[in-house]
Amino acid sequence: MNWIELNNLQTAPLAKVPLLSIETFRKDLLQAVTAGKRVVDFFADREADQALLYAVLADDHLSRLYMAAAVFDRENSYPSMTAEAPMLHLFEREVFEQYGIEPQGHPWLKPVRRGIAGISDMEVPYPFMRMKGEQLHEVGVGPVHAGVIEPGHFRFSCHGEQVYHLEIELGFQHRGVENLFIRNAEKPNYLLHLAESIAGDTVIGHGGAFVRACEALEGLMVSRQTRLIRTIALELERIGVHLGDLSALSGDVAYLTGNNVFGAMRTQIINTSMAICGSRFGRGLLTIGGVNYDISAALKSKIEATLDDIEEKVELAAEVLFSSSSASARFEKTGVISTSIARELGLVGPAARASGLAIDVRQDFPFGAYNQFPVHAITLNSGDVFARAYIRYIEIIQSIRIIREQLQNLDSGELKQISSAKLPPETLVVSLAEGWRGEISHIAITDIRGKIKRYRIKDPSYHNWIALALAVRNEGISDFPLCNKSFNLSYCGFDL
Amino acid sequence: MLKGFYALILVLGPFILPGIINRIKAIWAGRKGPAILQPLFDFNKLIRKGEVISKTTSFVFRIAPPVNVAAVLFASLIIPLPQHNAILSFPGDFILFAYSLALARFMLVIAALDTGSSFEGMGSAREITFSAIVEPAFFILVGSLALVTGHTSFAAIFELLNYSTGFTILVKSLCVISLFIMLLTECARVPVDDPNTHLELTMIHEVMILDYSGSDLAFMQYAVGLKMVTIATLLANLLIPTGTGTAAGLALYLVVLAIAAIAVGLVESWIARLRMTHVPQFIFLMAAFSLTAFAVVMFLIHGGF
Repeated sequence: MNWIELNNLQTAPLAKVPLLSIETFRKDLLQAVTAGKRVVDFFADREADQALLYAVLADDHLSRLYMAAAVFDRENSYPSMTAEAPMLHLFEREVFEQYGIEPQGHPWLKPVRRGIAGISDMEVPYPFMRMKGEQLHEVGVGPVHAGVIEPGHFRFSCHGEQVYHLEIELGFQHRGVENLFIRNAEKPNYLLHLAESIAGDTVIGHGGAFVRACEALEGLMVSRQTRLIRTIALELERIGVHLGDLSALSGDVAYLTGNNVFGAMRTQIINTSMAICGSRFGRGLLTIGGVNYDISAALKSKIEATLDDIEEKVELAAEVLFSSSSASARFEKTGVISTSIARELGLVGPAARASGLAIDVRQDFPFGAYNQFPVHAITLNSGDVFARAYIRYIEIIQSIRIIREQLQNLDSGELKQISSAKLPPETLVVSLAEGWRGEISHIAITDIRGKIKRYRIKDPSYHNWIALALAVRNEGISDFPLCNKSFNLSYCGFDL
Repeated sequence: MLKGFYALILVLGPFILPGIINRIKAIWAGRKGPAILQPLFDFNKLIRKGEVISKTTSFVFRIAPPVNVAAVLFASLIIPLPQHNAILSFPGDFILFAYSLALARFMLVIAALDTGSSFEGMGSAREITFSAIVEPAFFILVGSLALVTGHTSFAAIFELLNYSTGFTILVKSLCVISLFIMLLTECARVPVDDPNTHLELTMIHEVMILDYSGSDLAFMQYAVGLKMVTIATLLANLLIPTGTGTAAGLALYLVVLAIAAIAVGLVESWIARLRMTHVPQFIFLMAAFSLTAFAVVMFLIHGGF
């Protein structure tokens, strides 16, 4: 396998990416997946009259990324790989939807996002799988929901209360983010806002992946202070959302105590983000070349006090929640995803770690301050709602300790490097980050004039939505909201 | 005078009891919480609002709210005010009581099915399944009380029951637990149902009235509160000893109503909702307590079966 080896944030000339025949590409890819490598991204690009199919694979143990491309001159199809590597199922569908390269024999070749002209036109009804039988019934939920949540359609095929099959139709918020990156490639501030808006709850996650990709391309070395502050912001984002999720999980089973105390703590944490940069979601903190706001000594001690307070309260609240028999009865053995299924589907983030996969970008492909302060992935094995809830609690504690460590290392170093906004021609970079939901991947490719010509974004939700559909199989339909919350996936991050 | 007092309870109780529950939950959560009378303000708001009526529905959907309220109201007239006669009282009246509630439920269910929504169909299926357990348990409960006393009307049963002491305390406590489970089930409270959720897939009662708006919704919600008052009045009848004196008895009655609401509020504060498949087991508890009461009665009074 002569694929180019890369590191996270390591740039490479486009010419170094081997162009393979589709046969070799396919053979290599399947072999790698069989050998335990993970598909990080799989996307296409068009160049003159050629179409290129790129794949980025990760060997999480060796901390190496592998990349290659396949060229399509005349042929516009290839034998699908999904049957042998299920983690490719959605990638192949997306490439077909956007570039018309057909994965022949794909078992589930359906639209990925609604609203894209042609294949997934809104006019054409989504081809849901239908089950037939006298006692079977279908339940459709969404895209307009009773709560204030994002749009998505869920179609359940049920036998009484039992779910046989769930199909999820997404894409209602497709706004063409990847194309907006290309069209506005000359406006870095626009792109930064756009990156921060990929998923509203992952501002630092996506924003950070974007700024690091730009800095890597430009060859800009950010200061140590910047790296520390970015890490603090990313971990605050993680704690905030995890707390909100624990609150919502408690709310879904009508466990009032958990709902209230975790919700109140979330406010404290996101207010800390506001104290740093003026936005509770971290907007406006990041900039290409650095950060816009410093953490003063006074603010530092304030954050430390908040963290001490939160740590004590989280431990107490978690003990109450996880020792409550009525809440545990709802969490345990609900929505189980086994380790083998998690691996086969290429799950990422806390959902993968709750199913026993020890993958964490902070550990495997460290970026920013994680290079100096290593993080170890925490795993649980049961893969149920309980595991996905409990891992959030452990990760909150882990993140609190990470932030403390970073705070202690803060000094008064400079915050910003001036960005020249000049990118090298025909270069690519893979920027991975561990957002609170899991692995975020941004891939930027520049053209001959050094302008971004392809910007590829992958939100962790992209990998994990299918896990939700499988988790509710054979569960009661009334447990769906709980399973859904335990994954808490992004609609707009998926829809792009 | 007494009838006027009871009428006042039936009018205001259905708002105040849920108000107390919400206040208790708010206090437990460390919040101030809405006014106790907030449900009344909501009612007032809803009856002024316009209605949206789904085109797929028939007259059934329209008549369900008035029939539902009327049936529950009728049931409440069969329950005596503690130490007094009921407005409607005759031997075997508890059967009419049970089936008035059943009529209310029947209307609720067919109106929900009338909308043709899959959510409401699911809610109806759950409601019917669970009430199929509540109903026989209720008959066992009142049946054992009838056996103790030798009477078959609520008023006579409670009058006699409250004179005697000793083992009736045991029977009464079993009945109180049983009736409290009935209250939680019939009034769609945690751990059976979650009145606060916005998740259609997990709802039972809320999902069945999902298509109602305006005054229809107001009265549907009023009917649930009224059911709570009615069942709590049954509890008060069990707990207040005969000969307490009218004024003290009525004061005690109000206390019992408040305690019932506080107890519901505490249950909702402390425990999570049951998994849907485990709800029948919880309701079977009601049947279990009723049966135990029945067994105690049989052995102690009749010396065996």
